[in-house]
Amino acid sequence: MSELKIKVNQLTRVEGHGNIHLEATDGKLDRVLWEVTESPRFFEWMLKGRNYDDVSTISSRICGICSISHTTASLQATESAFGVKLTEQAWLLRKLLYNAEMLESHVLHVLFLIAPDFLGADSVIPLVATHGDIIVMAVRLKKLAYNLADILAGRKTHPITPIVGGWSKLPDIDELKAIRERLEKAMEDMDTMVAVVKSVAPMIPDFQRPTEYIALKDSKEYSFITGKIASSDGGTFPLEDYKQITNEFCVPHSSAKFAKHKRDSYMVGALSRFNLNSEQLLPKAKKAAKELGIKAPIHNPFFISVAQTVETVHAMEDAINIIDKLLARGLHEEEVKVKPRAGRGVGIVEAPRGILIHDYTYDESGNIVSANCIIPTGQNHLSIQKDFDALAPTILDKPEDEIRHTLEMLVRAYDPCISCSVH
Amino acid sequence: MRPKVAFFDFTSCEGCQLDALNLEVGELLGLLGAVDIVNFREIKTDRSDDYDIAFIEGSITKESEIPRIQAIRNQAKVLVALGACACTGGINCMKNAYPMEDLLKGVYGECAEYYNTIPARPISAVVPVDAYIRGCPPTTAEFVKVVKSLLLSKRPDIPNYPVCTECRMAGNVCVFQRGGTCIGPVTRGGCEALCVSAGRFCWGCRGLVDDPNTNSEKDILARYGLTIDQILERFKIYNSYSEVSKCQS
Repeated sequence: MSELKIKVNQLTRVEGHGNIHLEATDGKLDRVLWEVTESPRFFEWMLKGRNYDDVSTISSRICGICSISHTTASLQATESAFGVKLTEQAWLLRKLLYNAEMLESHVLHVLFLIAPDFLGADSVIPLVATHGDIIVMAVRLKKLAYNLADILAGRKTHPITPIVGGWSKLPDIDELKAIRERLEKAMEDMDTMVAVVKSVAPMIPDFQRPTEYIALKDSKEYSFITGKIASSDGGTFPLEDYKQITNEFCVPHSSAKFAKHKRDSYMVGALSRFNLNSEQLLPKAKKAAKELGIKAPIHNPFFISVAQTVETVHAMEDAINIIDKLLARGLHEEEVKVKPRAGRGVGIVEAPRGILIHDYTYDESGNIVSANCIIPTGQNHLSIQKDFDALAPTILDKPEDEIRHTLEMLVRAYDPCISCSVH
Repeated sequence: MRPKVAFFDFTSCEGCQLDALNLEVGELLGLLGAVDIVNFREIKTDRSDDYDIAFIEGSITKESEIPRIQAIRNQAKVLVALGACACTGGINCMKNAYPMEDLLKGVYGECAEYYNTIPARPISAVVPVDAYIRGCPPTTAEFVKVVKSLLLSKRPDIPNYPVCTECRMAGNVCVFQRGGTCIGPVTRGGCEALCVSAGRFCWGCRGLVDDPNTNSEKDILARYGLTIDQILERFKIYNSYSEVSKCQS
């Protein structure tokens, strides 16, 4: 009898803490488990009693990578509760800032966290010596995204200026012009990034598991922060009805809640967005998708980072377009008027890893009575587990190291934000 | 020999680690030339338990985190608390206002028994800390400054004056004059009053100055007709672990 036991404690190159266990006997799988061990922080309780002016500041701290997503979902939940409408200028700035988050997060995942898997390194550090040009480009792109966020929001991680109903400070017009030049120049880097991803694409494991793909959908644009919830199985859902989709439940081996719709799991994130909305990508992003040879629908989760690469091009193109609009119309100081009222508001955005939900109930003074946050990675945990269940039996004949590495790569493909999912 | 550096994360958003390495290309290559990063789970697979300097992100919020931080302390020659969660307990300590069972039942319902949590605390509440890089998140410039000092075996020069000092230098209109509330008068500077300069107010993420002049803060409150409760609500966001009690006295 031959026994195989694989245990990965604290998977590396992901945000947060998770373990992988696999046990097999005589080439037959006994069990494979994705375990989430992150410490809960109890954000929903921290928010209780908090005034709306502090709410997005606190809830931003759920995640250090996607803090702009949390800030945006939080502000939109509060705006929905109070019936606050944004001006066109405030919307443009919010979308522009959002592009900075998509750029930074996707570049981090594709070029810093995933690339070492394909280039045979343990991290990005040895790649400085072997693939210096690519790493210098990756650092440059990341810095560009940070600087775009800096001029709009004061900083990238935990933005300062976005407030309920608008902005506490407008960006400097000359800084916008300067960053536009850098974005334009960085479009050349996008060609390189696409070429790098294309060159490693043949190494992507061949694995298919069709599932339900869920993303925001907006008739007007490739949606990041507007629209309704849509499913690849058909139908759209108003934001307030998100619980029809998420149906959260607890499992003993995960401090993050799991989510489940009608199938045994569903997926959110870049691949879901691509599968649902690829027709709406901007021209250069469409061209990148063609160059990378991807076409919706894709049922291989290892292709998430390929979809992220296409979205990186889209976000950069969209950022340039928005800056052009802002420069054409000029920036104007706008008074932000907010009148709190009792009631519920739901804000849903596409964080880099998928739909992110903040649901708040306020009292008449604008203090939180109750809050609920549902995180993209929380929704993807069950999809990771179901992928494990389908993938593991097909690779048991491989060497132990290769099995371990393939399972690690699968989790990494999802770009999980584990501490965020536990919050 | 190049010092061996390790990064460890405890309960946190993990933003400080990523921000710390948000360096210019030249700075990053310079850093990688000066130290040997041997342990950094968030970006690196290989790990080693042989290191000289440990950067710790996050607070202690689970029993199992206590022996883990003690083992790191035993190994590291220098232990640095990185970011508000590690330095003051940060926002994690807001949960300490509730009984732990209520939190677990409130969030996990019938499944509460699967999980555990203890009152959140800063790293210094469990093991001695040699240096602090403050803020939520710390600025990259301060990270670089502290690292350079450590490499030169010097004590990093971190301000011990309130945010107001830098706020005035930045030419900001005082938040109290704008009709808001701010805890800049008792919060340690070094951030160049980033949040006030961005049109908001200070939330106190860098912790209190060593000897906060709470009387003058109280005078300000009286002058602008504010109550201590209004200010304390803000204090509690980042400083509810121990420092709120200091201010109440």
